[in-house]
Amino acid sequence: MKIKNIIKNRAAAKNKIASRRYTRSKFGNFLNFFLLAAAGLFTMLPLIYAVCTSFKPLDELLIFPPRFFVKRPTLGNYLALPDLMASLKVPLSRYLFNSLMITAITVFIYIMVAAMAAFVLAKATFKGRNFLFWVVQFALMFNAYTLSVPQYLIFSKLHLIDTYWIYILPYMASTLGVFLLKQYIEGYIPNALLEAAKIDGASHYRIFWSVVMPVIKPAWLTLMLFSFRDVWSSVPNGTIFTEQLKTLPQIVSQITAGGTARAGSAMAVTVIMMIPPIIIYLISQSNVVEAMSSAGIKE
Amino acid sequence: MKTNKLCKTRNREVFRDNLPMFVMLAPFMICFFLFTILPIISSMALSFTSYDMISSPKFVGIDNYRRMIVDDSVFGVTARNTLVFAVVAGPIGFILSFLLAWFVNEFSPRVRAILSLMFYAPSLVGNAYFIWQVAFSADSYGYVNSLLLSIGVITEPVSWLKNEQYLMPIIIVVQLWQSMGVSFLANVSGLQNVSRDMYEAGSIDGIRNRWQELRYITLPAMSNMLLFSAVMQIQSSFSVSAVATALAGYPSKSNAVDTVVSLMADVATVRYELGYASAIAVILFVMMFTTRIVVGKVIQMAQK
Repeated sequence: MKIKNIIKNRAAAKNKIASRRYTRSKFGNFLNFFLLAAAGLFTMLPLIYAVCTSFKPLDELLIFPPRFFVKRPTLGNYLALPDLMASLKVPLSRYLFNSLMITAITVFIYIMVAAMAAFVLAKATFKGRNFLFWVVQFALMFNAYTLSVPQYLIFSKLHLIDTYWIYILPYMASTLGVFLLKQYIEGYIPNALLEAAKIDGASHYRIFWSVVMPVIKPAWLTLMLFSFRDVWSSVPNGTIFTEQLKTLPQIVSQITAGGTARAGSAMAVTVIMMIPPIIIYLISQSNVVEAMSSAGIKE
Repeated sequence: MKTNKLCKTRNREVFRDNLPMFVMLAPFMICFFLFTILPIISSMALSFTSYDMISSPKFVGIDNYRRMIVDDSVFGVTARNTLVFAVVAGPIGFILSFLLAWFVNEFSPRVRAILSLMFYAPSLVGNAYFIWQVAFSADSYGYVNSLLLSIGVITEPVSWLKNEQYLMPIIIVVQLWQSMGVSFLANVSGLQNVSRDMYEAGSIDGIRNRWQELRYITLPAMSNMLLFSAVMQIQSSFSVSAVATALAGYPSKSNAVDTVVSLMADVATVRYELGYASAIAVILFVMMFTTRIVVGKVIQMAQK
């Protein structure tokens, strides 16, 4: 109970003190927003282009010179998708189910695995902790290109080839999340908070779950974005052969392989594939906001 | 004898206290060892062999390394290009991803979410850099050419992607645009935990303007996230390849933007010389971790 109070008090203290930061003038703020939005529009060009192209009729797709925006938008590219899917060996719902299930499970387990490892690497006291962290960092620097052959041998030794495990287990070795969360825990969780919880009789697991995880919520929500995007769009490299085990990205490449005539439909599929990561983005960002702003209201 | 026993009991105590720590570390470490460390070790071992993926590897000593440094003139060029990317794109990406996050953080949560999504968009669309191919196409209909022609900056279309003078800056811009999302969002999440009372305390201690606030409060509080973002920038700027190959082809005009990773990909997937490719990977790794150590030292010095 006391643990929760500590966190609550911290949050309340944050909000009680009136914000006396030096802020820009209204005009400065507006100018700032304007510049950022302009830069943002520039970075968003490909997204806009993809959406525009997915609504282009065939003649606009083939037109020369190419046009950025769509003149006569049509739903044709989207309506053609069911026909293109009709030749699939397994119903579309199976691929969709596989994709959603694999992504959800992998992301959930990875956040737990990475957060636990990060907590230990940031706060444990045993010898060799620093050495392990350097190994993690250096592994991030070894280009994955030449690793695929040895990895394949290991997968086949462990009988992971052509099972669901091949999607999930190798991702657990990803170092990015561990590194991100470790930096966050080290930076924003004071040892005093952990010690207070320990004196209170909380076990290591309890401390991890009810002290560390709530404080680092912005970080693991961000990690959720990264890993969702990676897993959702990942295409296994020659390790899945059974049609029933395949995921959406693998059939997307079948559709996009159709040349210029299918360029519109290929873009429509790309746009549809972008929707889940964007939804995850919106969910996680609104939760970050909620976590930060509701802390004071509860008191 | 006595001290030995004491030592043992103390060790056991430490272990009992740490046992939950080991339990929590284990899932990651087991997977990490199996799927990352083992492959890295075997790749390092392969770098001393000649291996074409059909017949079994043959030990050749340091031949691969000698060949890379003495015989292969392309390696020298790619190493130079890679260093240029790292030295130019790395720091720019690092500074830009922090500045953008810092600016975005000033706005209300809703505006912040929308702006962040905009900057994160390139990472969402995956291999969206094909759009730059259309933009920089060599005829007068490419978006860049037609724009510059209509303003009158140029009088005839420029073949951007076939000119070694323009290639490097173009690839640097596209690479930055493609790879900033991760560091940017990490910085945004980091800024959210820089507590408000720190700013309050700062204003009591005599902080007078936003620059002082940035220098004395925000940056020190963000140092962990900045290290993360620096490492991500090292990783991405040394690994430029897909963007360059997609836009300029491999090999590009006078090898202007060929990188070590592009060379490695070519050696591994076109020429099937896995031993040589592994040797290149090892040298790239050495380049990157040397940079990592230097950057770590620089950050330490900056903090003092």
